[in-house]
Amino acid sequence: MNAINESTKAGKTNFVSTITQKLGPLLGLIILIIIVSVLNPSFLEPLNILNLLRQVAINALIAFGMTFVILTGGIDLSVGAILALASALTAGMIVSGLDPIFAIIIGCLLGGVMGIVNGLLITRGKMAPFIATLATMTIFRGLTLVYTKGNPITGLGDNYLFQLFGRGYFLGVPVPAITMIVTFVLLYIVLHKMPFGRKTYAIGGNEKAAIIAGIKVPKVKVMIYALSGLLSALAGAILTSRLNSAQPTAGTSYELDAIAAVVLGGTSLSGGKGRIFGTLIGALIIGTLNNGLNLLGVSSFYQQVVKGIVIIIAVLLDRKKSA
Amino acid sequence: MRVSMQNIYKAFGTNQVLTGVDFELLDGEVHALMGENGAGKSTMMNVLTGLHTRDQGTITIDGKERYFKNPKEAEENGITFIHQELNMWPDMTVLENLFIGKELRTPLGLLKTKEMKALAKKQFDRLAVSIPSEKEAGSCSVGEQQMIEIAKALMTDAKVIIMDEPTAALTEREIQKLFDVIVSLKKEGVSIVYISHRMEEIFTICDRITVMRDGKTVDTKAVPDTNFDEVVRKMVGRELTDRFPKRTSSPGETVLEVKGLTKKGAFHDVNFSVRSGEIVGFSGLMGAGRTEIMRALFGLDSFDSGEIWLKGKKVTINTPDQAVKAGLGFITEDRKDEGLILDFSIKENMVLPSLHSFAPKGLINEKSENDFVDMLIKRLTVKAESQEIAVSSLSGGNQQKVVIAKWIGIGPKVLILDEPTRGVDVGAKREIYQLMNELTDRGVAIIMVSSELPEVLGMSDRILVVHEGRISGELTKEEATQEKIMTLATGGQ
Repeated sequence: MNAINESTKAGKTNFVSTITQKLGPLLGLIILIIIVSVLNPSFLEPLNILNLLRQVAINALIAFGMTFVILTGGIDLSVGAILALASALTAGMIVSGLDPIFAIIIGCLLGGVMGIVNGLLITRGKMAPFIATLATMTIFRGLTLVYTKGNPITGLGDNYLFQLFGRGYFLGVPVPAITMIVTFVLLYIVLHKMPFGRKTYAIGGNEKAAIIAGIKVPKVKVMIYALSGLLSALAGAILTSRLNSAQPTAGTSYELDAIAAVVLGGTSLSGGKGRIFGTLIGALIIGTLNNGLNLLGVSSFYQQVVKGIVIIIAVLLDRKKSA
Repeated sequence: MRVSMQNIYKAFGTNQVLTGVDFELLDGEVHALMGENGAGKSTMMNVLTGLHTRDQGTITIDGKERYFKNPKEAEENGITFIHQELNMWPDMTVLENLFIGKELRTPLGLLKTKEMKALAKKQFDRLAVSIPSEKEAGSCSVGEQQMIEIAKALMTDAKVIIMDEPTAALTEREIQKLFDVIVSLKKEGVSIVYISHRMEEIFTICDRITVMRDGKTVDTKAVPDTNFDEVVRKMVGRELTDRFPKRTSSPGETVLEVKGLTKKGAFHDVNFSVRSGEIVGFSGLMGAGRTEIMRALFGLDSFDSGEIWLKGKKVTINTPDQAVKAGLGFITEDRKDEGLILDFSIKENMVLPSLHSFAPKGLINEKSENDFVDMLIKRLTVKAESQEIAVSSLSGGNQQKVVIAKWIGIGPKVLILDEPTRGVDVGAKREIYQLMNELTDRGVAIIMVSSELPEVLGMSDRILVVHEGRISGELTKEEATQEKIMTLATGGQ
């Protein structure tokens, strides 16, 4: 009798804990939104929400790729640099007369190639992902400065579709937000409904066992870093369109925001555990903080402090939950 | 020190591990704790030493209720747990390992190396071993490491020492030494909880036996009042029929042929073949090269020369994914490190090698996945509440069944089983043998690497003996004996 009581009790707490585990980041986001909108009701105005979604898109796209990377137990520090280099190359192609949409596609593919370089260094070169992407980050940054000679690339013309990509609206929703959501849905399916996703988790969970199970681990890893590079370049294209120029120092420290979004979303840095939905929420939390603190008139200096504190609190809560 | 645990309950999530266990340890006794894997032995001891908190029940120490917050507190109060997996810092010296966290210091905080060395030597002398204290712990033999752990326990003035499978990795001589130590500890009034699967040892060294099953205490008896059969019966909860089920399949055509496989420094000119429905046992001493041959065959390690033929066709296997595609499955000796993804569910583990067959159109068909896994769980009698629970919560025997099950999905032609029943209890062992029979009935060819001679003799249709990287002899089931195998394994003719 006792034992039965015990086990049902255990069952219940288990149920509750899986709920909080799945919805923890979402709960955090909701609480944050409530706090911000109580302090400044204009936060909830549709215009502001749409604006927020557009601001979030760039970080979210990078963080989606980062989620795959971190799930395998890796890290990609070069995302911000890839964004800058791809953005500069794209802008360069547009200036030289290539059709802007075509230039964006090529730019994204070049981002993917940069990611493949990361992947090969890590798999063939057997380098630690931290070191490999730290090195390529420096290289891509340097190449960006070489290519742009340190100056912004402007004069991108007035192609309607190109301007729409970063600044426009479709059915009242900012196009970057739509890009983000479509990408999210696609990647959600890949991660949770397709063999590729299962392999990603398997590599992070136990790489040796994954190899023995016949998974082509190097191939999967290269594809994942390529995906990370491609999404960074896509984010770069949005930024280029929004600013109507390519900045040589674009994307500086974006890797940190992306990692923060992944971690806030509950993905473990040691790999094997996490969800891409969490990353979306994580990116929204960071976006809400940025947006909310601006609305509340907090100085940008303090904003950084607050963001750091929020990350610490989130990770501490997560620790408590899983203990 | 007298320890009494009464009516202890402990659950992990929905998994009820202890359901009202009683256990009593007297002053200066050696008390064996027996039970199949998953019976709750380690959990009970972890509750005692404060690693886990109990859900219910009382623990008294020398008559007073006492609950430790963590293993460190238990240690400070004289109760030390020597775990099966040794906690060594392999890159640090023996001395540093011995004193980690409790270094002797001068008032200025500097280390008193000389005193520590003297203390270490005193403990090693007491154990009648000589291990240089400057040696790197990682370069010590497993036996030496075990002794270091015991010395560590002695230094804390332990009154109770819990030993979990202390002899699993020891040689005959080291075991004898350990027993001498246990006898002298007993004389000093130290109580010892001795967790082991090895019957012979228990009956040599222990005073009383407590048998656990399914999270409950079945019985506690003085050693002279019981016997082998009774203990096994109580552990398993039923009469054990013969240890090895009868082989029923008869070998068919040759499936796998290995020709002249050579890797410098590991194995040389290895030739053998396996027929469908056949179990070929690979016997040999530790380090003879059996595992290395299998790893090369499966594409995990490279080899210098040689050919692999499958069903009459030469195949190239340079990576495991090629091996899997060709229809080979590999159950490695270390299931936690190489066989399972511990955080994955039973289902996710079982479908991993055959993932793509569940996603013919790109998306994983969850229903066919669930049905397949349900079928396997039933067929292999995996004890688990649901296919969604993490394999880390399963017992050793059930984990091993999951490792074997995951290869069924690829429709294997050849399965390589390296030490298939290591760390698996008596009951589950037989189930695994049965499963091997079932697989060979369906025409699967099995290569079984095993260090347990009875297992090799009991299950193989043919036995190959490996000595120093070469196949030193082949024996049929009929002619094989332990003596013949050992002669070949040690290089005799």
